Amino acid sequence: MDFGLRLKTYIFLVLIVLFSSSGNIFLSLGMKQIGAVRVGSAMDLVKLLGEVFTSGWIWMGIAALLFFLACFMVVLSWADYSFVSPASASAYVLVPLVGHFLLGEKVPPLHWAGITIICVGVVLVRGTAPNTTREE
Amino acid sequence: MTLRTALFLAITVLANSAGEICLTRAMKNLGEVKNFELAALFRFFQRAFRSGWMRLAIGLLAVGFFAFLALLSWADVSFVIPATASTYVVGGLGAKFLLGERLSPARWAGIALVSVGVALVCTG
Repeated sequence: MDFGLRLKTYIFLVLIVLFSSSGNIFLSLGMKQIGAVRVGSAMDLVKLLGEVFTSGWIWMGIAALLFFLACFMVVLSWADYSFVSPASASAYVLVPLVGHFLLGEKVPPLHWAGITIICVGVVLVRGTAPNTTREE
Repeated sequence: MTLRTALFLAITVLANSAGEICLTRAMKNLGEVKNFELAALFRFFQRAFRSGWMRLAIGLLAVGFFAFLALLSWADVSFVIPATASTYVVGGLGAKFLLGERLSPARWAGIALVSVGVALVCTG
Protein backbone atom coordinates (compact mmCIF):
# COMPACT_ATOMS: atom_id res chain seq x y z
CA MET A 1 0.00 0.00 0.00
CA ASP A 2 1.56 3.26 -1.00
CA PHE A 3 2.26 5.62 1.86
CA GLY A 4 0.96 8.77 0.14
CA LEU A 5 -2.48 7.23 -0.42
CA ARG A 6 -2.77 6.13 3.20
CA LEU A 7 -1.61 9.53 4.47
CA LYS A 8 -4.09 11.52 2.40
CA THR A 9 -6.87 9.09 3.36
CA TYR A 10 -6.11 9.65 7.05
CA ILE A 11 -6.00 13.44 6.66
CA PHE A 12 -9.43 13.38 5.01
CA LEU A 13 -10.84 11.03 7.66
CA VAL A 14 -9.76 13.51 10.37
CA LEU A 15 -11.44 16.36 8.43
CA ILE A 16 -14.62 14.27 7.96
CA VAL A 17 -14.83 13.51 11.68
CA LEU A 18 -14.15 17.15 12.69
CA PHE A 19 -16.62 18.67 10.21
CA SER A 20 -19.43 16.18 10.82
CA SER A 21 -19.24 16.35 14.61
CA SER A 22 -18.81 20.13 14.79
CA GLY A 23 -21.63 20.54 12.26
CA ASN A 24 -24.01 18.48 14.39
CA ILE A 25 -22.92 20.27 17.58
CA PHE A 26 -23.50 23.71 15.96
CA LEU A 27 -26.93 22.64 14.67
CA SER A 28 -27.94 21.35 18.08
CA LEU A 29 -26.69 24.55 19.80
CA GLY A 30 -28.72 26.58 17.32
CA MET A 31 -31.89 24.54 17.78
CA LYS A 32 -31.54 24.56 21.60
CA GLN A 33 -31.28 28.36 21.46
CA ILE A 34 -34.51 28.49 19.46
CA GLY A 35 -36.17 26.14 21.95
CA ALA A 36 -38.70 23.33 21.72
CA VAL A 37 -40.56 23.43 18.42
CA ARG A 38 -44.35 23.49 18.37
CA VAL A 39 -45.76 23.98 14.94
CA GLY A 40 -49.51 24.47 15.13
CA SER A 41 -50.12 26.63 12.08
CA ALA A 42 -48.49 27.75 8.84
CA MET A 43 -47.59 31.00 10.61
CA ASP A 44 -45.66 29.05 13.29
CA LEU A 45 -43.73 27.27 10.56
CA VAL A 46 -42.80 30.54 8.84
CA LYS A 47 -41.72 31.99 12.21
CA LEU A 48 -39.66 28.86 12.96
CA LEU A 49 -37.93 28.91 9.58
CA GLY A 50 -37.23 32.63 10.09
CA GLU A 51 -35.53 31.89 13.41
CA VAL A 52 -33.63 28.89 12.01
CA PHE A 53 -32.19 30.75 9.03
CA THR A 54 -31.17 33.84 10.97
CA SER A 55 -29.26 31.85 13.60
CA GLY A 56 -25.46 32.09 13.36
CA TRP A 57 -25.05 28.62 14.88
CA ILE A 58 -27.32 27.07 12.24
CA TRP A 59 -25.35 28.67 9.40
CA MET A 60 -22.08 27.50 10.94
CA GLY A 61 -23.60 24.02 11.21
CA ILE A 62 -24.69 24.07 7.56
CA ALA A 63 -21.24 25.28 6.47
CA ALA A 64 -19.47 22.56 8.49
CA LEU A 65 -21.76 19.87 7.05
CA LEU A 66 -21.14 21.11 3.49
CA PHE A 67 -17.39 20.85 4.13
CA PHE A 68 -18.04 17.36 5.51
CA LEU A 69 -19.86 16.35 2.31
CA ALA A 70 -17.05 17.78 0.16
CA CYS A 71 -14.36 15.84 2.09
CA PHE A 72 -16.50 12.67 2.00
CA MET A 73 -16.84 12.98 -1.80
CA VAL A 74 -13.12 13.63 -2.34
CA VAL A 75 -11.94 10.70 -0.20
CA LEU A 76 -14.40 8.33 -1.92
CA SER A 77 -12.79 9.21 -5.26
CA TRP A 78 -10.03 6.79 -4.24
CA ALA A 79 -10.93 4.97 -1.00
CA ASP A 80 -13.40 2.10 -0.41
CA TYR A 81 -16.84 3.02 0.90
CA SER A 82 -16.59 0.05 3.28
CA PHE A 83 -13.40 1.65 4.64
CA VAL A 84 -14.46 5.31 4.87
CA SER A 85 -17.90 4.81 6.38
CA PRO A 86 -16.94 2.76 9.48
CA ALA A 87 -13.55 4.51 9.85
CA SER A 88 -15.30 7.87 10.19
CA ALA A 89 -17.53 6.59 13.01
CA SER A 90 -15.07 8.24 15.44
CA ALA A 91 -17.49 11.18 15.17
CA TYR A 92 -19.79 9.21 17.50
CA VAL A 93 -16.91 9.09 19.98
CA LEU A 94 -15.83 12.71 19.65
CA VAL A 95 -19.26 14.23 20.34
CA PRO A 96 -19.83 12.58 23.77
CA LEU A 97 -16.17 13.14 24.73
CA VAL A 98 -16.45 16.86 23.94
CA GLY A 99 -19.74 16.91 25.85
CA HIS A 100 -18.11 15.20 28.82
CA PHE A 101 -14.80 17.04 29.06
CA LEU A 102 -15.69 20.50 27.73
CA LEU A 103 -19.39 20.91 28.49
CA GLY A 104 -19.51 18.87 31.71
CA GLU A 105 -22.25 16.53 30.43
CA LYS A 106 -22.70 13.20 32.14
CA VAL A 107 -22.00 10.16 29.94
CA PRO A 108 -23.93 7.04 31.09
CA PRO A 109 -22.05 3.70 31.46
CA LEU A 110 -23.78 2.14 28.44
CA HIS A 111 -22.45 5.00 26.28
CA TRP A 112 -18.91 4.50 27.61
CA ALA A 113 -19.22 0.82 26.58
CA GLY A 114 -20.39 1.93 23.11
CA ILE A 115 -17.51 4.43 22.80
CA THR A 116 -14.97 1.71 23.65
CA ILE A 117 -16.49 -0.76 21.16
CA ILE A 118 -16.52 1.89 18.37
CA CYS A 119 -12.84 2.67 19.02
CA VAL A 120 -11.88 -1.00 18.68
CA GLY A 121 -13.95 -1.29 15.48
CA VAL A 122 -12.44 1.88 13.98
CA VAL A 123 -8.88 0.69 14.76
CA LEU A 124 -9.66 -2.68 13.09
CA VAL A 125 -11.06 -1.04 9.94
CA ARG A 126 -8.26 1.52 9.73
CA GLY A 127 -5.74 -1.33 9.77
CA THR A 128 -7.13 -2.68 6.47
CA ALA A 129 -6.15 -1.44 2.99
CA PRO A 130 -8.09 1.78 2.15
CA ASN A 131 -8.58 0.72 -1.47
CA THR A 132 -9.30 -2.83 -2.66
CA THR A 133 -10.76 -2.12 -6.11
CA ARG A 134 -7.86 -0.47 -7.92
CA GLU A 135 -6.14 -2.67 -10.50
CA GLU A 136 -2.48 -2.29 -9.69
CA MET B 1 -42.78 -2.66 16.62
CA THR B 2 -45.61 -1.89 14.25
CA LEU B 3 -45.52 -2.76 10.56
CA ARG B 4 -45.36 0.95 9.70
CA THR B 5 -42.30 1.47 11.94
CA ALA B 6 -40.57 -1.56 10.43
CA LEU B 7 -41.32 -0.33 6.91
CA PHE B 8 -40.00 3.20 7.52
CA LEU B 9 -36.95 1.87 9.36
CA ALA B 10 -36.18 -0.36 6.36
CA ILE B 11 -36.66 2.57 3.96
CA THR B 12 -34.36 4.77 6.09
CA VAL B 13 -31.56 2.20 6.26
CA LEU B 14 -31.83 1.02 2.64
CA ALA B 15 -32.17 4.50 1.11
CA ASN B 16 -29.20 5.85 3.09
CA SER B 17 -26.95 2.90 2.22
CA ALA B 18 -28.02 2.89 -1.42
CA GLY B 19 -27.51 6.66 -1.58
CA GLU B 20 -23.96 6.42 -0.27
CA ILE B 21 -23.21 3.49 -2.59
CA CYS B 22 -24.38 5.59 -5.58
CA LEU B 23 -22.30 8.52 -4.31
CA THR B 24 -19.25 6.25 -4.15
CA ARG B 25 -19.94 4.98 -7.67
CA ALA B 26 -20.12 8.60 -8.91
CA MET B 27 -16.80 9.48 -7.26
CA LYS B 28 -15.05 6.32 -8.51
CA ASN B 29 -16.20 7.16 -12.05
CA LEU B 30 -14.59 10.60 -11.76
CA GLY B 31 -11.32 9.05 -10.64
CA GLU B 32 -8.88 9.75 -7.85
CA VAL B 33 -8.46 13.41 -6.86
CA LYS B 34 -4.75 14.21 -7.11
CA ASN B 35 -4.75 17.97 -7.60
CA PHE B 36 -5.87 19.81 -4.45
CA GLU B 37 -5.77 23.33 -5.86
CA LEU B 38 -9.05 25.20 -5.36
CA ALA B 39 -9.78 25.57 -9.08
CA ALA B 40 -9.21 21.84 -9.67
CA LEU B 41 -11.42 20.91 -6.70
CA PHE B 42 -14.12 23.27 -7.98
CA ARG B 43 -14.06 21.50 -11.38
CA PHE B 44 -14.23 18.13 -9.61
CA PHE B 45 -17.40 19.12 -7.71
CA GLN B 46 -18.89 20.64 -10.84
CA ARG B 47 -18.41 17.36 -12.70
CA ALA B 48 -19.63 15.38 -9.69
CA PHE B 49 -22.95 17.21 -9.46
CA ARG B 50 -23.56 16.70 -13.19
CA SER B 51 -23.23 12.93 -12.87
CA GLY B 52 -26.34 10.76 -12.94
CA TRP B 53 -25.10 8.56 -10.08
CA MET B 54 -24.62 11.66 -7.91
CA ARG B 55 -28.15 12.89 -8.64
CA LEU B 56 -29.53 9.45 -7.85
CA ALA B 57 -27.48 9.52 -4.63
CA ILE B 58 -28.93 12.89 -3.61
CA GLY B 59 -32.46 11.65 -4.32
CA LEU B 60 -31.96 8.47 -2.27
CA LEU B 61 -30.33 10.35 0.63
CA ALA B 62 -33.26 12.79 0.62
CA VAL B 63 -35.72 9.85 0.76
CA GLY B 64 -33.71 8.37 3.65
CA PHE B 65 -33.67 11.69 5.50
CA PHE B 66 -37.43 12.30 5.21
CA ALA B 67 -38.28 8.68 6.06
CA PHE B 68 -36.15 9.11 9.19
CA LEU B 69 -37.88 12.40 10.11
CA ALA B 70 -41.28 10.76 9.63
CA LEU B 71 -40.19 7.82 11.77
CA LEU B 72 -39.09 10.13 14.57
CA SER B 73 -42.51 11.75 14.64
CA TRP B 74 -44.26 8.62 15.94
CA ALA B 75 -41.80 5.83 16.72
CA ASP B 76 -39.91 5.17 19.94
CA VAL B 77 -36.71 7.20 19.55
CA SER B 78 -34.71 5.01 21.95
CA PHE B 79 -35.27 2.07 19.61
CA VAL B 80 -35.31 3.71 16.19
CA ILE B 81 -32.08 5.75 16.33
CA PRO B 82 -29.89 2.84 17.57
CA ALA B 83 -31.51 0.58 14.95
CA THR B 84 -30.27 2.86 12.13
CA ALA B 85 -26.71 1.86 13.12
CA SER B 86 -27.38 -1.28 11.05
CA THR B 87 -26.67 1.01 8.05
CA TYR B 88 -22.95 0.16 8.50
CA VAL B 89 -23.62 -3.55 7.93
CA VAL B 90 -26.05 -2.98 5.04
CA GLY B 91 -23.51 -0.55 3.51
CA GLY B 92 -20.80 -3.22 3.84
CA LEU B 93 -22.97 -5.71 1.94
CA GLY B 94 -23.68 -3.10 -0.73
CA ALA B 95 -19.97 -2.29 -1.06
CA LYS B 96 -19.19 -5.98 -1.53
CA PHE B 97 -21.93 -6.91 -3.98
CA LEU B 98 -22.52 -3.64 -5.85
CA LEU B 99 -19.11 -1.96 -5.80
CA GLY B 100 -16.92 -5.08 -5.86
CA GLU B 101 -14.90 -4.05 -2.80
CA ARG B 102 -13.04 -6.90 -1.12
CA LEU B 103 -13.94 -6.92 2.58
CA SER B 104 -11.38 -8.77 4.67
CA PRO B 105 -12.45 -10.53 7.92
CA ALA B 106 -10.80 -7.68 9.89
CA ARG B 107 -12.92 -5.12 8.06
CA TRP B 108 -16.14 -7.09 8.64
CA ALA B 109 -15.27 -7.42 12.32
CA GLY B 110 -14.63 -3.67 12.51
CA ILE B 111 -17.93 -2.90 10.76
CA ALA B 112 -19.83 -5.18 13.16
CA LEU B 113 -18.19 -3.57 16.23
CA VAL B 114 -18.79 -0.02 14.95
CA SER B 115 -22.43 -0.90 14.29
CA VAL B 116 -22.94 -2.31 17.81
CA GLY B 117 -21.03 0.57 19.40
CA VAL B 118 -22.97 3.26 17.54
CA ALA B 119 -26.24 1.55 18.53
CA LEU B 120 -25.14 1.66 22.21
CA VAL B 121 -24.05 5.31 22.04
CA CYS B 122 -27.41 6.23 20.51
CA THR B 123 -29.50 4.61 23.25
CA GLY B 124 -31.40 7.19 25.27
